[in-house]
Amino acid sequence: MSEAFLSIRDLKVHFPTTDGIVKATDGLSYDLEKGKTLGIVGESGSGKSVSSSAIMGLYRGTNAQVSGQIILEGSDLLTLTDSEMRDMRGKDVSMIFQDPLSAMHPYYTVGNQIAEAYKVHNDVSKKAARSRAIEMLDRVGIPQPDRRVDDYPHQFSGGMRQRAMIAMGLINDPKLLIADEPTTALDVTVQAQILDLLQDLQRDFEAAVIIITHDLGVVAEMADDVLVMYAGRAVEYGSNKEIFTQPQMPYTWGLLSSIPDVTGDTDVPLIPIPGNPPSLLNPPKGCAFHPRCPHRDKVPDGRCATELPELLAQGSVPTHLSRCHLTDPDRVYEQEVLPMIAPDRVGES
Amino acid sequence: MSETMSTAPAGGAPAAEPEDDAILQVRNLKMYFPVKSTGIIRRTIGHVQAVDGVSFRVPAGGSLGLVGESGCGKSTTGRMVTRLYEPTGGSIMFDGQDITKINARGLKPLRREIQMIFQDPYTSLNPRHTVGSIVGAPLRIHGVLPKDKVLGRVQELLEIVGLNPEHYNRYPHEFSGGQRQRIGIARALTLQPKLLVADEPVSALDVSIQAQVINLLRDLQKEFNIAFLFIAHDLAVVRHFCPEVAVMYLGKIVEVGDRETLYNHPNHPYTQALLSAVPDVSQATIGGRRERIRLEGDVPSPINPPSGCRFRTRCPIAKDICAAVEPPLLQIGPRHKVACHFPGEIGAHPTEPVTQRLLGVDAHGQPDPGASPVEIPSGPGYSDTWFDLRSNALGRS
Repeated sequence: MSEAFLSIRDLKVHFPTTDGIVKATDGLSYDLEKGKTLGIVGESGSGKSVSSSAIMGLYRGTNAQVSGQIILEGSDLLTLTDSEMRDMRGKDVSMIFQDPLSAMHPYYTVGNQIAEAYKVHNDVSKKAARSRAIEMLDRVGIPQPDRRVDDYPHQFSGGMRQRAMIAMGLINDPKLLIADEPTTALDVTVQAQILDLLQDLQRDFEAAVIIITHDLGVVAEMADDVLVMYAGRAVEYGSNKEIFTQPQMPYTWGLLSSIPDVTGDTDVPLIPIPGNPPSLLNPPKGCAFHPRCPHRDKVPDGRCATELPELLAQGSVPTHLSRCHLTDPDRVYEQEVLPMIAPDRVGES
Repeated sequence: MSETMSTAPAGGAPAAEPEDDAILQVRNLKMYFPVKSTGIIRRTIGHVQAVDGVSFRVPAGGSLGLVGESGCGKSTTGRMVTRLYEPTGGSIMFDGQDITKINARGLKPLRREIQMIFQDPYTSLNPRHTVGSIVGAPLRIHGVLPKDKVLGRVQELLEIVGLNPEHYNRYPHEFSGGQRQRIGIARALTLQPKLLVADEPVSALDVSIQAQVINLLRDLQKEFNIAFLFIAHDLAVVRHFCPEVAVMYLGKIVEVGDRETLYNHPNHPYTQALLSAVPDVSQATIGGRRERIRLEGDVPSPINPPSGCRFRTRCPIAKDICAAVEPPLLQIGPRHKVACHFPGEIGAHPTEPVTQRLLGVDAHGQPDPGASPVEIPSGPGYSDTWFDLRSNALGRS
């Protein structure tokens, strides 16, 4: 394995509040290689967005406590000074937000905002920045870019605004692009356009991409590696294929069994995860998922409630990690979970 | 094409309801919102044709799904059915009664029969009222129970939707999103309605909570025999909940059918594009993204919709006739209607418009003096005879 391009080590983002410390991200580690896509999945409040905003250094100057290491090409982003981080942000690392209408300034033209991102990091004239903005708008598929460059964000449709955001994110050829729910606010046909675009651009720019989403379908189609988060921690991490064909963590099983499918059997009832996601102020002891886990009785001595499992390789694949006390998750999955969620795939693997 | 036909329920299977059991029949329903000019005298300068002539039926205790992208008119349709809007044209028959133009006094008893579940559980509950007062409000307004019995009924309802009945004294902010949606459902159930209009009931919820709410709605439907008009943009959720699904585009129904036919053998290019755009978990086992039908551009403005077929500006198979003549919603199977001049499964669209003889036009949509147009039934529901795509003629297959 080549030297990782981005390594996150034991990243913690804690927010002190009057009620106590909210551990939004609590000890997250992963690696990402150049040209690869990592999908981070989880429900609201699982810490998926917080951990990525921390990479961008968006919690500097707030009361958040960020610790651990974020190593991008050998340098730790957390040790950079504010001005060094400012040089990095938008140039080496950039981000696309979920709602392009609130992420863009309504008083400035789209072209202005895209050109600004270029001018900040490059010593160029206004005119050169503008023509670069037009070039990028063209690259992301906006028709008549030389005219649309002077439009205001409200004159763009939702899909076009998201394209403009992508143009802004990619204008400085970033090495790492973080897309936080890039298609959640969009309709399916527009979502398909944007996902296609992201994939094409990634191929051209050779950037590493982190896609944060709650939509397992998007992850399944886009990501090389998948990280499943729950209550601020990684609970499962592995290649796309491993996660979707041999998931090992009961929370991942729960996610897979609770989504309906456009091709599956309609008579199979959905199997929801009982209960609600935990409060991060006071997360459950031991494994944070144990109050909702239907398999906790299989672990002796109630260890799930007392002892936090480590993120370890459980099966035959060393790069597939999961955080669970179950001794034989593959067997439980094949014998108990798979027959419920995809009876047609039993005995295939 | 023989596949399409053979998916019909064999020999009067229980899936096919008789026509007269419909609790809701909507015929040629229209909603035009005026667009006003700016300035002191605000003249009407145009209309947003939010819904433009939709017809459908919902059987008693059954469900119809309405799917489409934002701005297609699905929510407006739901609001007309609950009479939050007064339709511009068309008719709504509910339980044998015409409710299209009913006045405010007439609406009150109707509210007991038709209720609505809203999308956003954060804005649809009054933050200053306790859960008990929110869920009990319909009982007080309609005076169906003496005051001292209201609390008991509220607790019963909370229990039905899976909430702790002792929590009636709490305020909405003390509940999570999924629990709030349950409160909204309890409120809708209070008066034991016959029809529930569910407008995106799960799209604001997390995946694991979505499944809980869908299962709850399913159980309630079985237990209380409630009919559902289920409006959602998530095709997979609609497929899971509704045996029959209608696809809307820019204010019109472009395809409607039972779910097996619609999802496995869609005939309208828009339905095909919509289905192929849905990201699918099972792709991970195959690897990579599958080939999909790319739709270019965005949905046109409903103020000035394209002539002829409204989808033609984005349609991969559009021809001259599509701009000239609007395709009728033609029944092409026992429970399948499609509004397209070239209906067919992916890759098997006919080269000549099949509607040309029915409409009395030539292949380019120009009036053909030699042809004799046929009256095409435009009402809700299905008839026993339909247009057979193989023989290109009206008749029983």
